[in-house]
Amino acid sequence: MSVNGPSSNGTGPRNVIIIGSGPAGLTAAIYTARAGLAPLVIEGEPSSTSDQPGGQLMLTTDVENYPGFPDGVMGPDLMQSFRAQAERFGAEFLTSKATRVDLSERPFSVWIGDGRRDGRSVIVSTGAQSLLLGLPNEERLIGHGVSTCATCDGFFFRGQEIAVVGGGDSALEEATFLTRFAQKVYVVHRRDQFRASKIMQDRAFANERIEFLWNRRVVEILGEDRLTGVTLADTRTGAQSTLGVTGLFVAIGHRPNTDLFADWLDRKSNGYLITKPDSARTNIEGVFACGDVQDDYYRQAVTAAGSGCQAAIDAERWLEAQGH
Amino acid sequence: MAEGIATLNDSTFDETVGSADNPVLVDFWAEWCGPCKMIAPILEEIAAEQDNIRIAKVNVDESPDLAMRFQVMSIPTLIMFRDGEPAKRLVGAKPKSALLEEIGEFL
Repeated sequence: MSVNGPSSNGTGPRNVIIIGSGPAGLTAAIYTARAGLAPLVIEGEPSSTSDQPGGQLMLTTDVENYPGFPDGVMGPDLMQSFRAQAERFGAEFLTSKATRVDLSERPFSVWIGDGRRDGRSVIVSTGAQSLLLGLPNEERLIGHGVSTCATCDGFFFRGQEIAVVGGGDSALEEATFLTRFAQKVYVVHRRDQFRASKIMQDRAFANERIEFLWNRRVVEILGEDRLTGVTLADTRTGAQSTLGVTGLFVAIGHRPNTDLFADWLDRKSNGYLITKPDSARTNIEGVFACGDVQDDYYRQAVTAAGSGCQAAIDAERWLEAQGH
Repeated sequence: MAEGIATLNDSTFDETVGSADNPVLVDFWAEWCGPCKMIAPILEEIAAEQDNIRIAKVNVDESPDLAMRFQVMSIPTLIMFRDGEPAKRLVGAKPKSALLEEIGEFL
């Protein structure tokens, strides 16, 4: 199989272009690099959301459930190690965002602003990002009390009263983490039970600094220059109340980063990419998907990494069958 | 001359920022902040390339009083000081091109 040639100088097609650089994309990079395919990883751009190189783990602190780290590992450190491992075997990184793709013919094309890169195969690992509430004032007050990143901002709420919105693992994990700093953490949830895992629920329930506000939705975000509170509505009675908090952490779920592929790849009604059973193959031959962009169920770093490995092996064997 | 990035603390901040001839872009950051680590190399590049501003860092763990004084509530926060006074504030990590655009008036 010919693996070198013009693909590495940026003009000819690459064997593999990987879009996204969380655990899935970087594992795919490690595997395809070790297979001698010299992958190009379009890793994204720095930001303070999960839409950045390294993905959602860049916004976490201790990762306690990634195998191989009995004492836990910091999310950003783990992703740095993934990246270094891929680089060691010859993966090339572009610190840019993919802005457009054309998957209508091979080689496939991926645009980074004005620049275009062609690939014989494409691995999509663009992940998912946190949802915001979509209320007025929310975006304006980000960095002024409204936060999408507990680990970035929790420190600044020492001794204060704050609220976390949501009922999943990430909401309870953030609430528990934030009690390191905040005097009191309210967890606002629109239902009367959590969907979070038992261990996260047990931890949160045992924490004296957390108070649970069930059956309530945030309907208004209050504050001029900085957050002063939120208006809550009771989901059963509609009765409204004001909760005075200086911090609001939003953890109400995720949406997959699949807008880029809407014209090409089959998606579920919730936007997640569809892969063929027991594989990373999409509806387009030569295009593979892995990680959270195609997983609305497990959504773990280790499952993302595992599916990245599957995508790499699927891509490698497909390229081989094509005679590359 | 482009200079390296100085680390400022409670006792050196006012003298350094107040006496600087050029605007000083101060990066409030911490070890535990992923997005802060992402922009660190970008700031090093800008420090090496731009002669008309200086860049300095404040570790909010080591200098919490400075973070409080400038009402930093999220990191990374970048504050541009001109004549010792905050002139512009940027919250959150951004790509280099966006960062340069935001601070363009000071370059």
